[in-house]
Amino acid sequence: MNDKKIRVLVAKPGLDGHDRGAKVIAAALRDAGMEVIYTGLHQTPEKIAATALQEDVDVVALSVLSGAHMTLFPRVVDLLQESGMTDVLVTGGGIIPAEDAETLQAKGVGRLFGPGTATTDAVEYIRAWFTDRGVGRSTE
Amino acid sequence: MTDSAGAPPLTQPLQDLLARFEAGEPFALARSISLVEDQAEGFESLLHALHDRLGRARRLGITGPPGAGKSTLTSALARLLRDAGETVGIIAVDPSSPFTGGALLGDRVRMDELATEPGIFIRSMASRGSHGGLSATTREAADLMDAFGFDRIILETVGVGQSELEIASQADTTVVVLVPESGDGIQAMKAGLMEVADLFVVNKADRPGADRLKKEIGIVNSLRTGGPQASVPAHHGVDLSRKSRPTPPPEPIEAWDPPVLMSVASSGEGLPELAAEVDRHHAWLRATGSLQSRRAAAAAEHARIVLERAVTRRGAEAWRAWIEEVGDDAGLAGRSPYETARILTARICRDAQ
Amino acid sequence: MRQVLDDPMDAGAELKAELERRRRALAEVEEALRQWEASAADTPQREDSDFSTVSGREIRPVYTPLDRQAFDYTRDLGMPGEYPFTRGPYATMYRTRLWTKRLFSGFATAEETNERYKFLLARGQTGLSVAFDFPTLMGYDSDDPLCEGEVGKCGVAISSLADMETLFDGIPLDKVSVSMTINGPAIMLYCFLLVAAEKQGVGSDQVRGTIQNDILKEYMAQHAWIFPPRPALKVITDIFEWSSSHAPLFNTISISGYHIREAGATAVQELAYTLKNGFTYVEEGIRRGLDVDEFAPRLSFFWDVHNDFFEEVAKFRAGRRIWARHMKEIYGAQRPESWRLRTHAQTAGVTLTAQQPHNNIVRVAYQALAAVLGGTQSLHTNAMDETLALPTEAAVRIALRTQQILAFETGIPNTIDPLAGSYFVETLTDEMERDAEAIFSEIDELGGVVEGIENGYFQARIASAASRFQKEVETGRQTIVGVNEFLEDDEAEIEILRIDESAGESQRERLAKLRDERDQAAVDASLEKLGAAASNDQNLMPPMLDAVRAYATLGEIRSTLVNVYGRFKEPVAF
Ligand SMILES: Nc1nc2c(ncn2[C@@H]2O[C@H](COP(=O)(O)OP(=O)(O)OP(=O)(O)O)[C@@H](O)[C@H]2O)c(=O)[nH]1
Ligand SMILES: [Mg+2]
Repeated sequence: MNDKKIRVLVAKPGLDGHDRGAKVIAAALRDAGMEVIYTGLHQTPEKIAATALQEDVDVVALSVLSGAHMTLFPRVVDLLQESGMTDVLVTGGGIIPAEDAETLQAKGVGRLFGPGTATTDAVEYIRAWFTDRGVGRSTE
Repeated sequence: MTDSAGAPPLTQPLQDLLARFEAGEPFALARSISLVEDQAEGFESLLHALHDRLGRARRLGITGPPGAGKSTLTSALARLLRDAGETVGIIAVDPSSPFTGGALLGDRVRMDELATEPGIFIRSMASRGSHGGLSATTREAADLMDAFGFDRIILETVGVGQSELEIASQADTTVVVLVPESGDGIQAMKAGLMEVADLFVVNKADRPGADRLKKEIGIVNSLRTGGPQASVPAHHGVDLSRKSRPTPPPEPIEAWDPPVLMSVASSGEGLPELAAEVDRHHAWLRATGSLQSRRAAAAAEHARIVLERAVTRRGAEAWRAWIEEVGDDAGLAGRSPYETARILTARICRDAQ
Repeated sequence: MRQVLDDPMDAGAELKAELERRRRALAEVEEALRQWEASAADTPQREDSDFSTVSGREIRPVYTPLDRQAFDYTRDLGMPGEYPFTRGPYATMYRTRLWTKRLFSGFATAEETNERYKFLLARGQTGLSVAFDFPTLMGYDSDDPLCEGEVGKCGVAISSLADMETLFDGIPLDKVSVSMTINGPAIMLYCFLLVAAEKQGVGSDQVRGTIQNDILKEYMAQHAWIFPPRPALKVITDIFEWSSSHAPLFNTISISGYHIREAGATAVQELAYTLKNGFTYVEEGIRRGLDVDEFAPRLSFFWDVHNDFFEEVAKFRAGRRIWARHMKEIYGAQRPESWRLRTHAQTAGVTLTAQQPHNNIVRVAYQALAAVLGGTQSLHTNAMDETLALPTEAAVRIALRTQQILAFETGIPNTIDPLAGSYFVETLTDEMERDAEAIFSEIDELGGVVEGIENGYFQARIASAASRFQKEVETGRQTIVGVNEFLEDDEAEIEILRIDESAGESQRERLAKLRDERDQAAVDASLEKLGAAASNDQNLMPPMLDAVRAYATLGEIRSTLVNVYGRFKEPVAF
């Protein structure tokens, strides 16, 4: 009777208000059968980590268009690690130069999607990651 | 293999999780709720192991039409309770899409400032299309929060269907939120919301029409309860349950007349009054013994659902095995459906021994 | 005695003959169209397009005089600079003055941006347009912990009068007009600018420029708000009131469709929501007891220029006509200056692609052409690399040159509103006006713009238009060159501008120094007065100017006002 759903936190950290991308991706993930927790604009990394923990999400998807990605992504990854959420995928999108994306990936961030990527790419990426991870959430 | 109380023993990972739960790690609470939602292997054993810790938390249901301000109200109330030193667990339920099974859970937007508040834990839940199952799942998630030690649990559901009403009615106190927008009062009556309310809140009182709605509710309410003096039990006076639900013990003579409050949730106006009325209702429940009878009735109903769930699960397992055995002939094979069912029931009973 | 007309029978016959001639002419067109349609029906159509606009508006293959039967030149167009201003807000348009070439820029610190401004002014740019960083846009000081990593990233960081003085150091504020894209904290930045000018010896009555100050579209689309809508509208009306007597040359609001469109709205949604916002500001001003003819001439607009060429031109034209009609007929404005809609325009940032970025130069050029044919008063052309990062100097230069080529080489500005009379463009203009009116009625039914914002109406409409477009791109029904068609395997990388992290650090130091050196008692006293004015519903301009003169910071002013007005949290709409 295991009815495992993929749970995704779609969050907009930072001060920019461009939530179009976040909303389009949130709607696309829902349409792909996932449970999407949306928390609105201007989230701090602390709020994002606390929410990810309480909601026990599999994936945290961040949309960053403010140029602060090199600060925000690593901070979220670190906070998740600190709170014991070691099996969470941190992915996202925004205006992120390829070079920065590589640096972030080295710090444990997943794939980052630039402007103009099809939502289906993100959906497939998350699904594939989830399947690869195995049966679902572990209990520890 | 079962232990003396009737639940299979916990696997090692679940034992570890339980230890972390008992040590008060929020992570363990979060993951336990996931196990319950997913009905993952062993989740009932985990709940069983925590059963003795239940009963401390006061449970509040908040329901009402979409967009009435339930989340805003929940957030403001939680803030108030927290400032008074209480810890609060919040469960916010939103519907899953019937087509894709996905869900967009947006209640946290309105609870934003509580996200990092120690002593507050918020969980968004999708209804996942299950009927009786949803009320069992939300109840079990609330049980986990209770076992974890929260003083209060607030359950937000959209009041649009039977299952939401069932969720609301497991709470000690149920608040129905209405807004002075077109025809809300009538909608509420249609949806059966009037029947479950211990308290009414007319939210968005900053909008025109709030006073009129308040009057309307008062009138409908006194018609329903036969006037404020009547000695008809106000809660559970109407049977929401199926036939099999045990009849709650008769409630005492001194009836609760649901008050109608006004609020502007977005500015916090009317919230202290709401908190006070919730307390007054709780005191009434205690004084009259209704708290115990109400909880007993809810617990019995829950046991019935758990039973149904177990039977359904066994039934599904037996059916799968049967299909494998007889192949495509399952529906034919010269047997009547009744004979098939009889054979399978016998097998289920045998396996359960 | 009864007057005897000369030969009334004859006059009637003449008229009849004329009508008959026209009827026959139309019948001929009708017949020709029928035949054309019949033969066209046998010819296969391309399958890579559904022949609708970017906004999903259906477009017919050919337009004829049949579409223009109800056309009335004087009523619908008029001469340029005349009611209803369809052909342009000024009589002689680009023959007297070309549009202002304004490039939006700002990055890192006030010092670095000041240098960029001087570079642009030296190369022929005629106005400055300030881009602020996100902390400033939200009203936070650069040293607020919330702003970590964002200071100076997407614009310049301005936390106090001191920063504003540095920004315009050596730039005479009575000569150069300054446009500031600022909304939530518009009143603060406006006061910073006015006091910076004061320090240069330029009085508020000589300062020219614009503040965007359009809070309604922030709730709808851009999301840089601070207060809830009602107090925010009050503050805007304070600005109108104060400025009509103190800063008559300043455009106190730029009512913006740009961000609504960029958030995914269709062309007609952009048009209707923006104009409706404009009407809402006008109503607020009137409610305050201001004379509409006093403040309406200072209102200006800001359109997005998207890819669908003719739809964009029609949008500019319809916008002017709708505004004029409402201002005159509904709000009773008497002065032509109150009727005419003046606008800034910016090429659509969302149409830029990260793939094959050089193609963006071409997109921007077509969009710029549409804006000029639509009769814009000023124009920002995006740089090709803006989807990747802030623009480099080289990219900004091409964007500016694009406008100069349009202005000086193509001959386009020689004729005013050259597309007027086109069967197609006029029909499209009429359709957009009609559709906008229908949207106005819908908003009125909700109770108005503020109610629509509070219950998420606009946000939901915009979001669903955005998803529709996204789906069209993903299914290939909408072709985007270099993105879903005509891809290239190895794309040439272009150079991008990097903002180093030092802006945050140097801003923190500057602020620490400022807080250390200023007269704290004076700051506290001025903030207290400001808070009291807010509580007592007085005009905030005079106490705010005083607080700014005392070097109170942006964040300090913000908190003072938030304590009185509260904050806004968006409704969730998908
Ligand atoms: N004017 C006014 N608006 C309010 C009030 N309370 C809530 N709102 C607004 O109403 C909208 C809906 O509020 P929510 O709290 O999300 O309502 P909800 O009942 O939880 O909505 P769902 O969970 O979607 O059913 C938000 O925009 C709130 O800001 C109030 O008292 N007055
Ligand atoms: Mg809610």
